[in-house]
Amino acid sequence: MLLLSTYFLFSPERRTANMAASGGRTVGSFLWKCGNCCFNFNTVSSNLTRQVLSRQLCVSAVLHRKNLAAAGPEKFSEEFIKKQVEEFNIGKRHLANMMGEDPETFTQGDINRSIAYLFPSGLFDKKAKPLMKHPDEVFPKQRAVQWGADGRPFHFLFYTGKQSYYSLMHDTFTKALAVEKHQDRLRGKDLFTQDAKQISLVGSRWLLKEELEELLVETISEHDYARFIQLMERLLSLPYCSVEEDFVQRYRRQLEIQSSKQQVQPLQYDQHGVAYSTGDGRRKTAMGTVLLRDSGSGSISINGTNYVHYFPVLQDRQAGALRLAISRAMLSFLSEGQVETMRQAGLLTPDPRIKERKKPGQEGARRKFTWKKR
Amino acid sequence: MAAGVLTKGLCGFRQPRIVAAGYSCSGPLYATATAVKTLPLQTDSTAVTDEIQNLPLETPDFFRLSELFSLKDLFDARVHLGHKKGCRHRLMEPYLFGSRLGQDIIDLDQTMAHLQSALNFTAHIAYRGGIILFVSRRRQFSHVVESTAGDCGEYAHTRYWQGGLLTNAPIQYGPGVRLPDLIVFLSTLNNVFQQHVGVRDAAKMNIPTVGVVDSNCNPSLVTYPVPGNDDTPAAMELYCRLFKMTINRAKDKRRQMELLQGLSPAGLIHGSS
Repeated sequence: MLLLSTYFLFSPERRTANMAASGGRTVGSFLWKCGNCCFNFNTVSSNLTRQVLSRQLCVSAVLHRKNLAAAGPEKFSEEFIKKQVEEFNIGKRHLANMMGEDPETFTQGDINRSIAYLFPSGLFDKKAKPLMKHPDEVFPKQRAVQWGADGRPFHFLFYTGKQSYYSLMHDTFTKALAVEKHQDRLRGKDLFTQDAKQISLVGSRWLLKEELEELLVETISEHDYARFIQLMERLLSLPYCSVEEDFVQRYRRQLEIQSSKQQVQPLQYDQHGVAYSTGDGRRKTAMGTVLLRDSGSGSISINGTNYVHYFPVLQDRQAGALRLAISRAMLSFLSEGQVETMRQAGLLTPDPRIKERKKPGQEGARRKFTWKKR
Repeated sequence: MAAGVLTKGLCGFRQPRIVAAGYSCSGPLYATATAVKTLPLQTDSTAVTDEIQNLPLETPDFFRLSELFSLKDLFDARVHLGHKKGCRHRLMEPYLFGSRLGQDIIDLDQTMAHLQSALNFTAHIAYRGGIILFVSRRRQFSHVVESTAGDCGEYAHTRYWQGGLLTNAPIQYGPGVRLPDLIVFLSTLNNVFQQHVGVRDAAKMNIPTVGVVDSNCNPSLVTYPVPGNDDTPAAMELYCRLFKMTINRAKDKRRQMELLQGLSPAGLIHGSS
């Protein structure tokens, strides 16, 4: 079995303090860490443990490959790929037996971990590490030969060179014509209304150029992609376009709701039943941890002393770290809508800017030495 | 076997192995009954196939295409309307009837004859299982042309013509690609009113062409020019309809012949009726 271990590094200095509360506002107590280079890995939650620890060594070629499309003749024949799939499945079962696990429920994650255990690799390049993935992910998707035994191509737009793309344009235009015909028929029967049901486009986006290329198994230029989007927009501009809603939705992807990515910790309760939550923030080497208590007096203390007295002069970075820590601590107390508002206001985004290193041959990070003509 | 028989098909000498570049070249097929080259050893099936292939060459209008259109149809579809006098091409003058108020009028009697021979040629090519490519660079009619091609089981190219499509075919498409046996231009001009590159390339590759030439086009490189209007929707729809009916007729006839002779139609005619 694999040994699991987690990494932790604690900062040398840590001071905590609390202050009394007053009148209905939340209380914060701050954990102030000062140090130049200290790492503090957060304790990962249990469901992330395995993913954090298995190094991502089996990266499929899908991420690295170029879109083969009509780049050349079929490099791998169908029988070859079928043979590879069979070999992969047999190998998977052997591996499961070797590791003492059940072959039926052996997932790709299990395969990755087994390979990491059996072939520990000190190499850094992802492509150099040992790989065991399903052949469909390793061998790039490619086109089979486009014509039959008599030489006649299968697709009627074969001779254009970009058959999938142009046939997509052709189909889209056919749909647009069909919608217009439908509209004309309705006008003829006097049933045409401007307020027909429209396709809902909120929360979705058009396919990206790369996604479209993958769908068509063909390389397309930016100009082609722009034309395609133009044609789809034209289709959507017709009042009765909801007739072709399925066709349109096939080329749209749902947008992820950003706020759902925020992991909001549940509220914790201390022995008196008072709700509290913690949050920490960092900015440039300044670090802070905040403990927010519910129904308090509103006083703020840092490491025991009042915040007014603690900082003689408040540096920007210190303020930035505190702001982030407070915002994160507040998340557990707020509703989803308020969390989204905070996110859009930029309170939850850590500022990634750090001091740029000085380079040799220059006076500073960007400043060059004075140039003398002679 | 069927593939071997077909490679003897049109010009009788298409053998991809021998041709260095790896593509098949087609020679011009003449409408007269030229003897098709056959191998010395003939089995019964090849003899039967030869007979089927040579049968249409014995009658002048085997597919009865003159019933498909009349002069009145051409006139109603406004095929006789050319461009203005200033756009006239020198080489189109023999095909013009005259000019009226500065607009050139195309002679429909000549058009009838040319259209008849062009359709007849197309029918023979389709009968023998040849690849027909419809080309037009007019954006208005691109959809109509593509639909026509799809309906009769042939091919279309109404998009940007990449340079080496015919002349550099093995690199563009892959080795062993079969080039079209006939190219039908429903408009010989491209979007900047210059002659379409395909006309010249087809002539270079010895591919016969059928082209609708308007009064501002150059008919010299087109094998079967059809003087007529290429700007009106009515005229374009007429041409598309005529070509579709011809090709379907020819293919149906071929299937009929094969069924009569008891041969399986596998591989010889591809596409819907």
